[in-house]
Amino acid sequence: MSTTAVAPTTGVNYLNAQYGIRSWLLTTDHKRIALLYLGSVTFFFLIGGAAAVLMRLHLIEPQGALLEPATYNKMFSMHGIIMVFFFLIPSIPAVMGNFLVPMMVGARDLAFPRLNLLSWYVYIVGGLFTLYAVVAGGVDTGWTFYTPLSTTYANGNVMAAALGVFITGFSSILTGLNFVVTIHKMRAPGLTWFRLPLFLWAIYATSIIMILGTPVLAITLLLVALERTFHVGIFDPALGGDPILFQHLFWFYSHPAVYIMILPSMGVVSELVTCFSRKRIFGYSFVAFSSVAIAVISFLVWGHHMFVSGQSVYAGLVFSALSFAVAIPSAIKVFNWTATLYKGSVSYQAPMLYALGFIGLFTMGGLTGLFLASLATDIHLHDTYFVIAHFHYIMVGGALMGYLGGLHFWWPKMTGRLYPDGWARFSALVIFIGFNLTFFPQYILGYLGMPRRYAVYPEEFQVLNVMSSAGASILAVGYLIPLVYFIWSIRYGPPAGPNPWGAKGLEWETPSPPPTENFEEVPVVEEEAYAYGEKEAHVV
Amino acid sequence: MSEVRSAALAEQFEDLDQQHEASSLGMWVFLATEIMFFGGLFAGYSVYRGLYFPGFDAGSALLNVKVGALNTALLLCSSLTMALGVRAATLGKRRELATFLVLTILLGLTFVGIKLGVEWHHDYLEHLAPGINFAYEGPNARAVELFFVFYFFMTGVHALHMVVGVSILAVLLWMTFRGRFGPERYNPVEMAGLYWHFVDIIWIFLYPLLYLIGAHH
Amino acid sequence: MAAHVVAKKTYFTVFATLIGLTALTTYVATIDLGPLNIVVALLIAMCKASLVVLFFMHLRWSSRLMHVVGVAALFWLAILLALTLSDYRTRPWTPAGKPWGTSNIQFNR
Repeated sequence: MSTTAVAPTTGVNYLNAQYGIRSWLLTTDHKRIALLYLGSVTFFFLIGGAAAVLMRLHLIEPQGALLEPATYNKMFSMHGIIMVFFFLIPSIPAVMGNFLVPMMVGARDLAFPRLNLLSWYVYIVGGLFTLYAVVAGGVDTGWTFYTPLSTTYANGNVMAAALGVFITGFSSILTGLNFVVTIHKMRAPGLTWFRLPLFLWAIYATSIIMILGTPVLAITLLLVALERTFHVGIFDPALGGDPILFQHLFWFYSHPAVYIMILPSMGVVSELVTCFSRKRIFGYSFVAFSSVAIAVISFLVWGHHMFVSGQSVYAGLVFSALSFAVAIPSAIKVFNWTATLYKGSVSYQAPMLYALGFIGLFTMGGLTGLFLASLATDIHLHDTYFVIAHFHYIMVGGALMGYLGGLHFWWPKMTGRLYPDGWARFSALVIFIGFNLTFFPQYILGYLGMPRRYAVYPEEFQVLNVMSSAGASILAVGYLIPLVYFIWSIRYGPPAGPNPWGAKGLEWETPSPPPTENFEEVPVVEEEAYAYGEKEAHVV
Repeated sequence: MSEVRSAALAEQFEDLDQQHEASSLGMWVFLATEIMFFGGLFAGYSVYRGLYFPGFDAGSALLNVKVGALNTALLLCSSLTMALGVRAATLGKRRELATFLVLTILLGLTFVGIKLGVEWHHDYLEHLAPGINFAYEGPNARAVELFFVFYFFMTGVHALHMVVGVSILAVLLWMTFRGRFGPERYNPVEMAGLYWHFVDIIWIFLYPLLYLIGAHH
Repeated sequence: MAAHVVAKKTYFTVFATLIGLTALTTYVATIDLGPLNIVVALLIAMCKASLVVLFFMHLRWSSRLMHVVGVAALFWLAILLALTLSDYRTRPWTPAGKPWGTSNIQFNR
């Protein structure tokens, strides 16, 4: 009798435990903070996306159909800054990481809940600075803030935008710190490192990059601010400085930052592929260690952004060779996912479609990256649309597909509601088609020599540009469909139950949506991750 | 949860050991980020010192080694008092803790006072402040200016860390008087100590890199 | 909680050593050793930093994980410095370029 009295039959969960705006803005519950992040990154995604739409519309005609050239420059800068620093970098870590890390380790919350809330506020303050820069007239330095353009020549609101990025960096550092401590110190009894879900390995590797890379970006942006304010010659060649030093310091962070975006997606895909193949992952420890390997190697390759900058060719050689090394752990992951699919009972629900899309698009993006890592081919392809296509295959085809896949996978856990699966599959398909139509022509454009960041182009490139713009409109529709049915499902979706996918993992053993304390009692883990098919095997 | 939870234990943790280890790890990880933060400056410094060695030499010779050495000694002294303060906190000796916190704060403030009030003021009067009144007659003027950019920025960021540290210690002092610390609850003091020692270490490297490289003149 | 309490004497010894090393490095800097000046100064600084980390910051008595964090931070700092300087140090290896067509490189047919 006493046990039933304790059982959670009341339906109290983290969403309805408290009401009111204060209960959200002052919450220290990692799940609520995850939803705060979800709302804010979606907001920034829509702004960054709107900029992309305007750019693609503009490029329908060779002479530019829509914008002044200076406005176009501001548009691509805003698109880059917002998408990189305010959407992609926080997307999976801050939304899904926040929601899932404590649940996956079987803890009540992150190690430092108040610090976690502070991270969100820091992110918002950084975002406000950047929005101010946009509203007050924009920035035209590109997201890279290259010197001496940013320090000497650009007239826009460089300071506000750089300050925004600087501030947001601290949000990222604090989030990473919280994850590392939580994964080290808060694991449930029995949850050894090699029983951790691979998502956690990926988040852990991501956190390493956030912790060790972001401070360098912060100090670099401070130096830019210093040079701009006091007109001293840190990076200005006219005053004895070296602009290439800026590029070194900038890419020391910003190359690994690409892995901040892609590693969490890889973690999500590991979860999705195993669940929807009903198989344990092929080569668990290889997938786990490849995440850490990617995090480490990612810090050794930044010079491949600078092959044509005036960097020493000998350093270039080293950076080129090291860049090829990143391909190894990345390929290990792709091969292990495909090996996991082999002879699995694969079902093609919406999250799985995104995961499969990820594998294909990421492979394309990764392999074209090797073209750019080679010294000789990079001289032809540098700063062309080939680069644009390459990193959009990684960041959109990879990181964003993983984000959407994860969102579709854990949405029932977050909200307790199911979304319409048919629409979700349809939108996954639309996004896949729209994405390829947008960015594949850009590979060809770049190969033919169309430079990036130009508001006009020769007439012979028009057909491919129109294809790309057409694809972008399909892509935009593809992104809007989930927005509609997700919001619809909050109110009208059928209840999901604790484990709608029949998935393994601690987060599925608690009700959806979970109670504030996540678990009634501290869970004890007795099996490895992805023990799919265990029971069937025993029955036979 | 049948056992009584200590009042010092936050609800996300199982026991005090876990809480202590988590906060130590968090602090060490934070210090790692600080190393990389200053690391960017050290990288820039190394690059330009390599490119413009004579200018950096001449710039460094303009600094006052005696004041630098005095400040180094003050900061090491403050690290000692901080370490003794943490020791007192672990043993639950509140009076002793308060004494050492006060000493550390005073030493820290003296350091910042000498740094900004004496040295920076002097450099400003000597027209050595880049971007404000820099005027240097002599060879390698651009490189000397670059040295002073790094000098002001590195010592400035360091002094900012000192000010933050002093503020944290002031809060801890207030908490000590309110009786917030005891043998079970000294985490904040320990963490502040780690931070304070770290700021000391940064100075241990700034001192030779800024003051000593030109001292043989 | 298992807090490690260190004897006051240890702290004072470490402090005296630190002051001694400061005096030493200040003195050595006044002698012109050429390129060795900076090497000696940095070596002494590293000794001082190690003393502070090991004794004042209790790393000596901390768990292995804290050691790993410290070593990792230094490793990443080394990456930043080494690869950045690898560019600057090898730039002079490339001979200055000449205008097109004036190269004196002779190809074997």
